[in-house]
Amino acid sequence: MNIHEYQAKELLEKFSVATPPGKVAFTPDEAEQVARSMGNNLVVKAQIHAGGRGKGSFTNGVKGGVQLAKTASQVKSIAAQMLGNTLVTHQTGADGKVVKKVLIAESVNIDREIYFAIVMDRAMNAPVIIASRQGGMDIESVAAKSPEAIYKEVVNPALGLQPYQARKLSKLLGFAPADMKDASKLFHAVYKLFMANDCSLVEINPLVVTKDGKVFALDAKLNFDDNALFRHPEILAMRDLDEEDPREVAASNFGLNYIGLDGDIGCMVNGAGLAMATMDIIHFYGGEPANFLDVGGGANEQQVTEAFKILTSDKRIKAILVNIFGGIMKCDIIAQGIINAVRATSLPVPLVVRLEGTNVEKGRKLLQESNLPIIAANALADAAEKVVKAAKEQK
Amino acid sequence: MSVLVGKNTRLVVQGITGKSGSFHAKSCMDYGTNLVAGVTPARGGELFEGKVPVFDTLLEARKETGANASMVFVPPAFAADSILEAVDAGVELIVCITEGIPVQDMMRVKIALKDSKSLLIGPNCPGIINPEGRCKIGIMPGYIHQPGKVGIVSRSGTLTYEAVWQVTNRGLGQSTCIGIGGDPIHGLTQRQAVELFNNDPDTEAIVMIGEIGGSEEEEAAAYIKQHVKKPVAAFIAGQTAPPGRRMGHAGAIVSGGKGTAAAKIDALREAGIAVAKTLAEIGDTLVEAIRQKK
Repeated sequence: MNIHEYQAKELLEKFSVATPPGKVAFTPDEAEQVARSMGNNLVVKAQIHAGGRGKGSFTNGVKGGVQLAKTASQVKSIAAQMLGNTLVTHQTGADGKVVKKVLIAESVNIDREIYFAIVMDRAMNAPVIIASRQGGMDIESVAAKSPEAIYKEVVNPALGLQPYQARKLSKLLGFAPADMKDASKLFHAVYKLFMANDCSLVEINPLVVTKDGKVFALDAKLNFDDNALFRHPEILAMRDLDEEDPREVAASNFGLNYIGLDGDIGCMVNGAGLAMATMDIIHFYGGEPANFLDVGGGANEQQVTEAFKILTSDKRIKAILVNIFGGIMKCDIIAQGIINAVRATSLPVPLVVRLEGTNVEKGRKLLQESNLPIIAANALADAAEKVVKAAKEQK
Repeated sequence: MSVLVGKNTRLVVQGITGKSGSFHAKSCMDYGTNLVAGVTPARGGELFEGKVPVFDTLLEARKETGANASMVFVPPAFAADSILEAVDAGVELIVCITEGIPVQDMMRVKIALKDSKSLLIGPNCPGIINPEGRCKIGIMPGYIHQPGKVGIVSRSGTLTYEAVWQVTNRGLGQSTCIGIGGDPIHGLTQRQAVELFNNDPDTEAIVMIGEIGGSEEEEAAAYIKQHVKKPVAAFIAGQTAPPGRRMGHAGAIVSGGKGTAAAKIDALREAGIAVAKTLAEIGDTLVEAIRQKK
């Protein structure tokens, strides 16, 4: 799960990681009010989950999702240009994201920018700190250009972050001997936040040192382990459904796993690995998948019906492929679910069904006797070829 | 013979009285697995299916029945604790089926597994099956398997069944099939599974099914290149998966340009492994790999 910058800021402050003074606003008037209580060097930041806001532009022609302001009335007019309008960045896709809130913060006099992140590393089975003196830019491009500028510190999860590790990092990151103690304290605070909230990523970029020697987390990206959200209701409450694909939200409400893609062939599969492999084989035969949809190993009839509703309501979809390997889930039950779902949703596009596994003969017979316009396929390659052909004929 | 499980396996099921725990415990028993005990706290003294004793703790179950393998069917919030309980009791093989365990919980489990005599398979996996020894510890449909000489290891459930089915339909059977699970932090790795198959005299060919995320397939490829003379076929799912998105499995994600299907396929091919172009060709790719080695 992701959260907004202003929410990350609140969480950082809670764990004693300093951020520049600032507050979120939902209307231009509110933005003006917030600005009145602050200084003269302000920055207005559009709050969407995607990155690249500064270089992004609004569909109404306004440039930049991050803008500087001197006065409260300037803040108000910038907020008015942003709020309710659509911001397109390199991460939002062409459709962009509607801005519904802005963060007004004091802009700081930056001396230098640092990169500081903690990630859960699957190969090390441990949290790993990644840091660099080259903050403020994309860490992947730093890694590509000058890998020696990136420091990695593995934290032994049984011991936690040790004082010597924090000292080592503060030295590497160029903190003056007199500031090492404060820097160490900051690193410990970020580690504590990471562990206490089951984060999968805390990325502070940049961590800035101001001209008067203060250290602030200027922007932060926090990701959380979805599996651990049950023990963090306060984090779960920060979820912003506006930032998520409505189809993905609908699917998650029925325990389905859905991810929207750019193609025009809808697919419904049981199991994540098989779902990915089904997308791949559609691509192999010259088609493009419109989605990833895993109905799970024990899907029931209602879930199959809901999955169909999501697929058939997607106007871009030109054909649908259902690929089920019936194990514990028997093919005849799946077939009945498909038949009922097709009858309940009416079928706007061709449907190819490939069943295999337990009671497959019974399942195929049910589909055949249903008299519904279902294209049956026995082998996988055959199913993929048929659905790609059907989608092309729809164009 | 086969790897890890067989006729000498004595299974205990943790969470045996739950809905899926009881369903799958029975299905394992029906397949032929020697189910000797179950564990559910505060349900000790009951009998499962009228014959298998249920205990309050795993330690009691192990002492009373000599259980040497456990299957964990405990809900995600408590599953890590159950694995730790099995490690503490000295159970040699722990198979965790549960999906959705927090990553930090698994991180702590891994600490406990070090220097223990337990081996963990999973979590978020279909389990392990040995058709010859009629031993199934997991949720896979037993009947699609048949005794044979092919060892199969995979990070996925139904995708494994698909591969097993293709192997069975080409007249080859399986020595052992292991689902290592789709979570980022888990027990037995692809490389370790391949190593077990390589050292098993009854396994004559290996199928490895991988997917995007992490670097286990690359590590297995490096091992195969150096040590494995047996024919190996592989398949990697997720060539069309968008970067930065978790594809159902918590561990199936391309992040920071790492863990792509293309990079894995390159590493496998470079190690001389036959990689199936699509999932429909896993069986044929294996048959061809075996033919070429002869």
